[in-house]
Amino acid sequence: MIRNQLLFCLILGCLTCISCGDKKEKDTQDFKIERKATESAKIDTAKEEQKPSERIDLNTLGVGPIKSVSLDPEIDSDLAAAGEKLYGQLCIACHKVGKRFIGPAPNGILKRRSPEWVMNMILAPEIMVKEDPLAKELLQEFNGSPMSNQGLTEDQARAILEYFRTLE
Amino acid sequence: MKTIHFNQIRISLVGMALMFLGCNPQGSGGSDGALSSSAAEKVYIAPGEQDEYYAFLSGGYSGNLTVYGLPSGRMFKEIPVFSQFPTSGYGYSEETQPMLNTSHGFVPWDDLHHPDISQTNGELDGRWIFANGNNTPRIARISLSTFETEEIIEIPNSAGNHSSAFITENTEYVVAGTRFSVPVPQRDMPINEYKGNFKGALTFISVDPEEGHMEIAFQVIMPGFNYDLARPGRGESHGWFFFSTYNTEEANTLMEVNSSQNDKDFIAAINWKKVEEYVAQGGGESVAVNYAHNLYDESTHSATSTMIKKVVTVDPTQIPGAVYLLPTPKSPHGCDVDPSGKYIIGAGKLSADVTVHSFTKMTEAITNEDFDGEAYGIPILNFDNVLAGVVKSGGLGPLHTEFDSQGNAYTTFFISSEVVKWELGSWEVVDRKPTFYSVGHLMIPGGNSRKPYGKYLVAMNKITKDRYLPTGPEMEHSAQIYDISGEKMELLYDFPTHGEPHYAAGCSADLLRDKSKKIYRLDENNHPFAITSPAEARVERDGKEVHIYMSTIRSHFTPDNIEGIKVGDRVYFHVTNHEQDFDVPHGIAMIGANTSEILVMPGQTKTIVWEAKQVGVWPFYCTDFCSALHQEMQGYIRVSPANSNVELSWSLGD
Repeated sequence: MIRNQLLFCLILGCLTCISCGDKKEKDTQDFKIERKATESAKIDTAKEEQKPSERIDLNTLGVGPIKSVSLDPEIDSDLAAAGEKLYGQLCIACHKVGKRFIGPAPNGILKRRSPEWVMNMILAPEIMVKEDPLAKELLQEFNGSPMSNQGLTEDQARAILEYFRTLE
Repeated sequence: MKTIHFNQIRISLVGMALMFLGCNPQGSGGSDGALSSSAAEKVYIAPGEQDEYYAFLSGGYSGNLTVYGLPSGRMFKEIPVFSQFPTSGYGYSEETQPMLNTSHGFVPWDDLHHPDISQTNGELDGRWIFANGNNTPRIARISLSTFETEEIIEIPNSAGNHSSAFITENTEYVVAGTRFSVPVPQRDMPINEYKGNFKGALTFISVDPEEGHMEIAFQVIMPGFNYDLARPGRGESHGWFFFSTYNTEEANTLMEVNSSQNDKDFIAAINWKKVEEYVAQGGGESVAVNYAHNLYDESTHSATSTMIKKVVTVDPTQIPGAVYLLPTPKSPHGCDVDPSGKYIIGAGKLSADVTVHSFTKMTEAITNEDFDGEAYGIPILNFDNVLAGVVKSGGLGPLHTEFDSQGNAYTTFFISSEVVKWELGSWEVVDRKPTFYSVGHLMIPGGNSRKPYGKYLVAMNKITKDRYLPTGPEMEHSAQIYDISGEKMELLYDFPTHGEPHYAAGCSADLLRDKSKKIYRLDENNHPFAITSPAEARVERDGKEVHIYMSTIRSHFTPDNIEGIKVGDRVYFHVTNHEQDFDVPHGIAMIGANTSEILVMPGQTKTIVWEAKQVGVWPFYCTDFCSALHQEMQGYIRVSPANSNVELSWSLGD
């Protein structure tokens, strides 16, 4: 009985495809297997637990070479420009400004993380995802996609941090 | 009855076990002393630990070089040299195809025989390793920081490039001697007019001390013998080079018989400093030839091939004191020089004995003009007056000799299948151990230098037979590691090699470990089709050629959807790996590609060509398991009919 139904569906499916023609093939979404919640569904479940990427933790320094960073109240625009250039070469494969991509967008990161944590994540991602509880959770939130160690110097990571300060 | 039987057997077994225990209180059989540690302990490198030595074994007909650790015998890498290698895309990628260009066109294979590590002051310096292509005469230079082939130079006027690639003690020259003599210059002539007309070219290739770049300095045009193996003089004999010869009969057919008629052939001694001087003063003749010089540039990640049309040849009889012949019995094969440079050892392969010439006596004989005639104007030195000694080995078929740092020599015997240890000076045999089976070359790390590391010896065999589980008619050749730190050699371990190893070179791990390159810096990438940011990823059409500027990082291609390709297009995937972390290559394979995949190292750019032949949507994917999301690292190319007007477009995640 079930098998017949399947067969019928398949035939129908084939017919549908054929009838689509060669211009634009129909976007078929006939099945949903544990599909992730859509935007509208998210509103309905407002109580959903806060994602690790949205959590605010300004005290954790993370694990890595950076123990303390002091930020001047004024943004150093030359340093930020240098950081933007590096970001454009080494980071945008995975992190787009203003949009979640492979990894999170950097916008407003310093409202959620300490500067030390951000620099440690850039400089020692392998250690962070093993030893920093939040980084560990972030790895899961972003599909297990590992953050690549791009071999930056501390000065280069500092420049990228300055660039992040310019991103609202 | 049956039950009783079983019980009886059981009792017998227990009894035997007790007997064994009783017989051998040390617990391991075969040990000849309670103090010596077991062979297993000596070769065991615990998980996570590293070997003490690198060994570079020639691959023979594989065309490549393999890298092993000693004493473990573990293979670390196969370095493609003369053969196309789909594992990395070497010889298939657009960047590396020029490496295999020759005057005969693209030659995707060779027979790699003799690796030799660069030296300074006669000691290994670990900068490069040179190796010869035997079939289509070529010399390659391989970087020992990237473990990649960086340069290949073809050798004109040569054939069967066998007495190669050996270097002088400051890497002034890498030497390539021809095994087969040929008409020089090549011309149409009857084969049976070989004698007196064919010539043997011994080629000296200068090596730039900074970059290692090779250039043919001169060719010494010798009589038409077969030049078999060669070694540099060192220490007091620095400035000379020694080549063994056979077929001084100059036979051209049924060589097995006809080239073994003379009781003695020669070791040719070339005073290359004299030749160098002669050429520097304008001596020699510039002759028309055609050969390829292929050079890989690490910054552009690309090779270029240049055809060269001239070479300087030298008639050695025109240079007083440049060339002499040392009579050496029974078709000598190996021609080895001891660490002091005092002794030149000729292994007559059809003999039981090993002949040792004295360099001091040789120079005296030259001064005294103690000659025994001449061959084509080249003086033949008096055999008895240059002889230092004869090793009465008791073995049969000596081939090659290496040395330790304690004044001992080790010679392989092919026919009697053994390594014989003997003492320099007394010429007395100290020890002998069997090999399994029919050993060819042997290698002691640094054994062809002033400073051997006399701890291990590797014997490389021609026959394997029962050493390993059978794998059909073809078996990988076996090698054996011996501990040579004591008076007696101790067989430690057996390991299979790849292809057919001829010679090998080895050095201390400390010489190479710290300078081994980990990544290529993206900001130093000067490949013309590199993109240093994924923002530059794009697809450009130039007639029927389509160039994809693509980047990779764990774990996606930018772009991963490409449309507007048409049947008949030639599609170039220029892939830049944006990783900057050690050991994170990405690969790319395209369905139906008539080439291979390419494996792109961090910071590197490589290009593979794919021809769009059929309408459809065709996938490509990453071949190297790069992250937990490696299986997701894929993309599609849409191929439309040739007359379609689908526009060129590309995207990632849009």
